[in-house]
Amino acid sequence: MTTEHTYSISRSSKASLIAAALGLLVLVVLAAAPLWAGRADMRLLSEVFLYLSLACLWNLLAGYAGLVSVGQQAFVGFGGYMLFALAMFAGVSPLAAIPLAGILGALVAVPVALLIFRLRGAYFAIGTWVIAEVFRLSFAQISALGGGSGTSLPVALVRSIASNRSMREATTYWMALGMAVLVLVVIYALLRSRKGLALTAIRDSELASQSFGIDIWWHKFAVYLITAGLTAMTGALIFLQKLRISPDAAFNVNDWTAFVIFIVVIGGIGTLEGPILGVIVFFLLRETLADLGSTYLLILGAVAIVVMLKAPKGLWGMLKERTGLELFPLSRRVVKNKT
Amino acid sequence: MDWVNAIVQGILLGGLYALFAAGLSLIFGVMRLVNIAHGDFIVLAAFLGLTITSTLGLSPLVALALVVPVMAAIGYVLQRGILNRTLGEDILPPLMVTFGLSVIIQNGLLEIYSADPQKMSAGSLETASLSLPGDLNVGVLPILMFVVAVAVIAGLQWIFYRSSLGRAFRAVSDNQDIAQLMGLNKAHVFGMAMALSLAVVGIAGVFLGIRTSFDPSIGPGRLIFGFEAVIIGGLGNLWGTLVGGIILGVSQNIGAQINPGWQLLAGHLAFLFVLAVRPRGLFPRID
Repeated sequence: MTTEHTYSISRSSKASLIAAALGLLVLVVLAAAPLWAGRADMRLLSEVFLYLSLACLWNLLAGYAGLVSVGQQAFVGFGGYMLFALAMFAGVSPLAAIPLAGILGALVAVPVALLIFRLRGAYFAIGTWVIAEVFRLSFAQISALGGGSGTSLPVALVRSIASNRSMREATTYWMALGMAVLVLVVIYALLRSRKGLALTAIRDSELASQSFGIDIWWHKFAVYLITAGLTAMTGALIFLQKLRISPDAAFNVNDWTAFVIFIVVIGGIGTLEGPILGVIVFFLLRETLADLGSTYLLILGAVAIVVMLKAPKGLWGMLKERTGLELFPLSRRVVKNKT
Repeated sequence: MDWVNAIVQGILLGGLYALFAAGLSLIFGVMRLVNIAHGDFIVLAAFLGLTITSTLGLSPLVALALVVPVMAAIGYVLQRGILNRTLGEDILPPLMVTFGLSVIIQNGLLEIYSADPQKMSAGSLETASLSLPGDLNVGVLPILMFVVAVAVIAGLQWIFYRSSLGRAFRAVSDNQDIAQLMGLNKAHVFGMAMALSLAVVGIAGVFLGIRTSFDPSIGPGRLIFGFEAVIIGGLGNLWGTLVGGIILGVSQNIGAQINPGWQLLAGHLAFLFVLAVRPRGLFPRID
């Protein structure tokens, strides 16, 4: 008796289907958080979502487009300041100002990219930092926005978000969750598209992908703009939750870049799952060790170095290497069909 | 007269920036490594100088004799113990590891010395000044720093192009594998390059500590100044970094002269201007 096998190419696997179902379930439970979670829990969860968004975006930039930036706080702060400026001076409602902040963030990234794309590798990284410093020093000069000491969102504008405090908190919570979902969906769709294939090729070998006719500069430029826009939106949301902005908080390299890099490096760079795992590990560490103050940061720095030396692909990379597990179906595999 | 004064002070300040930049330029030239913790090492050297001067009662300039070898030793051990393992095609590992080091140094210093600003005292040297024609008074200390910066760069230039160590640096820079075949131990050569880089950082840190007050958080700012001087001057050109440092110092002082809030901004804008019109810097040597 002969058995005939046919083969087909598939992206999804049993694991990815289960992950998708579980993911949806988690999303429903999280969306219902205003019903079951306390005020402090919701604040913490919002922060987790916004960090997840920043981490996924930095991962797209560094892990896929090879643009290692240590200056993403430029766009976080810019988005935050645009939210405040649009709401306070242009009469835009804070909620409508968030997507606008994103568009402005992508627009301001055009001249920035044209300048700093002249730098390569590690010098590009420090160049992005200079840009963030220029943004910080410039916004500190704008006296209408409080100059160096910053400003608070006027109470009337805060009230305009929702009628009472608990409704307002639920709204900003849902927006933070929505932001994380939006970022994941955009990156997932991008990576599954033709452009995503080109990006993956660039990540694996610039030389080889160039010889296939991929325009490396354009792909990097496009990713930089998308990342800048979504980072600015995330920044707008971060400062909508804080209700107060100052140049030092808005353009803080530790808060908006160093922590984000640790999340991605620990979780696993160049995978979609890595930042998700990383953000969970980061907040578990923070919630247990934050009382230690600067010692906590010492530990974080040491953990990042050890991970980079011992497991450069991060926790998820290690897991993937051993088990081949992939929760987001991105790579194609040959499947033997049952007849 | 204020303007001439601002420019003269800016040129002298440029010497300090060139000291920040020289170590950065050196290790990039030898092993294409960019040390994100460079500025934090400068601050570490300043605190080391502070501890030595306050416990042994030495003048900061004498303390250099201790700070420089200690920093060089740290550099060698760091390179052989950690950084050599990160070098390769991928630029991410060295970047991330030095970023982690930056966080560790900053918070370690914070634990030991607290966030209070500190300063080293160089006694009467700090207030001594020379009267130049045209009502111009220039501090002896800034002149000394500038002279030291020129001497350090001349020294590095000599090591790089005239000594056997420099030959080893240039060999591994050109082709690591062939350099190994010729009997060079590249792990050791890289260790020596980092030792030399941090020795210069030691000098820069002590001078920084005499010139201004410092606290554990100012490292990244010094890294950026050094980096801007390197890029303005042109990659791989040591004398170029001196010119870059001077352009940066003069721009900052001119900016401060117009509006005190524009000091740092003017320096960054000068850097971005050079990047826009001469992307490879004014006097580039390497790609």
